[in-house]
Amino acid sequence: MKKIKSFFRALFDRKVRSRTISFLIVILGYIVVEILLKSGNLSSMFQSLLVPVTCYMVAALGLNLNVGVSGELNLGQAGFMSLGAFMGVCVSGALAPVVSNTLLRLLLAIVCGALIASVFGFLIGVPVLKLQGDYLAIVTLAFGEIIKSLINNLYIGFDANGFQFSFVENKLKLAPGGKALINGPMGATGTQRIATFTVGIILVLAALIVIYNIMYSRSGRAIQACRDNRIAAESVGIHVANTKMLAFVISAALAGAAGALYGLNYSTLVPAKFDFNLSILILVYVVLGGLGNMTGTIISTIILVLLPELLRGLQDYRMLIYAIVLILMMILSNNAKVREFAESMKQKLTSRKREEAANE
Amino acid sequence: MSENRTPVLDVQGLGIDFGGLTAVNEFSLQVFNEEIVGLIGPNGAGKTTVFNMLTKVYKPSRGTITFCGKNTEKMSVVEMNKQGIARTFQNIRLFSNLTVLDNVRIGMHNKISYSNFDAVFRLPKFYEQEEKVEKEAVELLKIFGLEDKKDITAGNLPYGAQRRLEIARAMATEPKLLLLDEPAAGMNPQETEELMDMIRFVRDHFRIAVLLIEHDMKLVMGICERITVLNYGMMLAEGTPEEIQANPQVIKAYLGE
Repeated sequence: MKKIKSFFRALFDRKVRSRTISFLIVILGYIVVEILLKSGNLSSMFQSLLVPVTCYMVAALGLNLNVGVSGELNLGQAGFMSLGAFMGVCVSGALAPVVSNTLLRLLLAIVCGALIASVFGFLIGVPVLKLQGDYLAIVTLAFGEIIKSLINNLYIGFDANGFQFSFVENKLKLAPGGKALINGPMGATGTQRIATFTVGIILVLAALIVIYNIMYSRSGRAIQACRDNRIAAESVGIHVANTKMLAFVISAALAGAAGALYGLNYSTLVPAKFDFNLSILILVYVVLGGLGNMTGTIISTIILVLLPELLRGLQDYRMLIYAIVLILMMILSNNAKVREFAESMKQKLTSRKREEAANE
Repeated sequence: MSENRTPVLDVQGLGIDFGGLTAVNEFSLQVFNEEIVGLIGPNGAGKTTVFNMLTKVYKPSRGTITFCGKNTEKMSVVEMNKQGIARTFQNIRLFSNLTVLDNVRIGMHNKISYSNFDAVFRLPKFYEQEEKVEKEAVELLKIFGLEDKKDITAGNLPYGAQRRLEIARAMATEPKLLLLDEPAAGMNPQETEELMDMIRFVRDHFRIAVLLIEHDMKLVMGICERITVLNYGMMLAEGTPEEIQANPQVIKAYLGE
């Protein structure tokens, strides 16, 4: 009994409390959704949102590591998602005849999506992260657009002779029995939908584990040191460019993994889906949840994905209300008075607890 | 100081130009182990520029810096720190959003050898080294009187404590030479007194050399064994505190004709 008690106390230790809370929220959310699903109380509209929510969450968590913890603005998270998504679709499509187990295929697709996104992240980071200032924001903004245009003009096919690809119209000459995986602006069509909510939740948990374990380690401290004071970080022997690279590549890899899951959730996926708006949307999840605050990112993602759907009844006024709610939330969460109030409430609660403990 | 020992730091003919402006020229300095050397001069004399060259924040235009017998020409800021030079800054540069303990732990960055793989999967190597680092960091904080503040965010510390924390962070990198850029700036006489004791203690305890820039003459004359005076980027004088105090050129540079 004592052991269990101390275990729970360790879980809610001040240093790791936020970590425990974010894991609990995700697991609780999963249980609630599963119960609703099993009892048939979830409308098909919400069911269709389950996988995308987890995808956005993973991409936003990655972005928070990059923007909040490392302090480098990234405006191309959708570009990395796009890479992951189409890579995932290709991998899944190509492996379909060989690997019949859909779960294994999904996992392979996610791993490949993460890999290709991290390779591209690394290539972008090499020249850019050596610079100081907002260059990463500019370059990633361009990267997102470039990736969109590239995939818009990319044709990939697959037949018995192997892969074929082309960048000019559709020049694929596929042998009979072959399959076109990506069809330029039409994107990927006829994808087998193998993404599941459970895998999405596992991916969110994995992202949280990676991010928290990196944050509370040698590299995580170095990442935060480079954000707070670059010159001082160098003076204690931290290689700033390499450190920022680590955060950026992890962020890209998570976006790639999220993209792969996202791509395999739809039978049709067009490259135009991953545009600048999506990058900004993910950034909004991060900023609203609080820079560097992973729990906040999770909550804000859930709210902001559900909100437009809940407001669907308002029809044309939907996005107007969405914008107002967003602005109000931003104001409230950054208002000194509101914060003061929350702080005083917190103190009252803790002091009451202390009094109770003293009375006992 | 016996002059036939090899110096920890040997600077010869150091100079730097910014465009057409020569900020420092023909600067030479030797610092021996377990010695406290002062670098003084009027405002704008180029003292901090010398520090920035010693730590390779600026690349010197001329001259050589030999540290522990090694030519440091091609070394970067990070490598200079790995060789054993640590510094503090004139305008405090702490990691102000992180805790006091984390600031010191960041100083121990290069003492930790576990990989990111060990960290993500929390392998035994991670716990082993983190425990060791935390213990060492707390030990260091004890020396600088910051042990009870270890969980406070560094930016919220009082000014004097921030200065001490900066020295603690520099010491966490286990340097052979500590560069202090105006450590007593903004401190009251009482705090300055404590700082003098602390610098002496650090030198004796860690057996390192200290090179410091300071305007507080009581501190400089009180703890420095040798002093170098810089004026308009040129060396004006060098010697023991007594010699410097009696040097008419130094008096002229500080007080005018």
